[in-house]
Amino acid sequence: MKLRAAVKKYKNDLLLIGGLLVIVAAAFLVLLSVKKAGRSVTVEMNGETVRTFDLSEDVTYPVVTEAGENVLVIRGGEAWIESADCRDKVCVHRGKVRNAGETIICLPHKLVVTVRAGGDE
Amino acid sequence: MSGRRLAYLGIFLGLAMILSYVETLIPLSAVVPGMKIGLANVVTVFLLYRFRWFEAFLVSFIRVILSALLFGSLMSFLFSTAGFLVSFLAMLLLKKTGKFRTVSVSVTGGVLHNTAQILTAAAVLGSGAIIGYLPVLFLVGIVTGAVIGLLSGILIRTVPLKM
Repeated sequence: MKLRAAVKKYKNDLLLIGGLLVIVAAAFLVLLSVKKAGRSVTVEMNGETVRTFDLSEDVTYPVVTEAGENVLVIRGGEAWIESADCRDKVCVHRGKVRNAGETIICLPHKLVVTVRAGGDE
Repeated sequence: MSGRRLAYLGIFLGLAMILSYVETLIPLSAVVPGMKIGLANVVTVFLLYRFRWFEAFLVSFIRVILSALLFGSLMSFLFSTAGFLVSFLAMLLLKKTGKFRTVSVSVTGGVLHNTAQILTAAAVLGSGAIIGYLPVLFLVGIVTGAVIGLLSGILIRTVPLKM
């Protein structure tokens, strides 16, 4: 009886963790299947779009927020944050983005840079 | 609450704080933005199984508040609290069912912790863009949750406590 209960627990564990892994795999597949090259880059601060650039432009744009500064660079169809004065530098480590839907986020500065499939309207 | 019990909880709070500090020395955030192992959660899961739920809750919540004060910021406090409350409640309920082992309880906690954090971050940013990180952090939650779960499982079975 005790053994049976233990086996049942292992089964439940497998179901639960396996189920979670399936969800993750599905999410990654969806992300991969919708991947396409971006055409423009939007800069959002506090949830509002402040600038839009074409991804084919060559731009060095210092984004100044109340909280600090991030330097956005667009070159050769790729966008990245060159430098930032926040503490963790997660946005700088994020590296280059080029596909539609990819984002660079600087939480301390409430800054979101998003690559979009549409053009620069 | 007996003095001995209280003393144990104090020791565990201290241990959780040390683990939180050790964690700041591991720069996993460079691999996946915002990623952490959540070492201090070993104490949370351990207490959940070996102490009463509100004792586990108090020690862990105080640890979350103190480590945000010492190692974090106002914003990281917001994220950690959201993640902690959601994951603690889920782990407590899952444990109560008695149908799962520690690993599953911890994995669920890890996944929900990260999900709650992402949703809080989306609210703070006022933008849904960050939801794109959900699959990665979901996976991270499973892996770190499994590590924490296996570790605490061993400790729950072996650490002797004189109550």
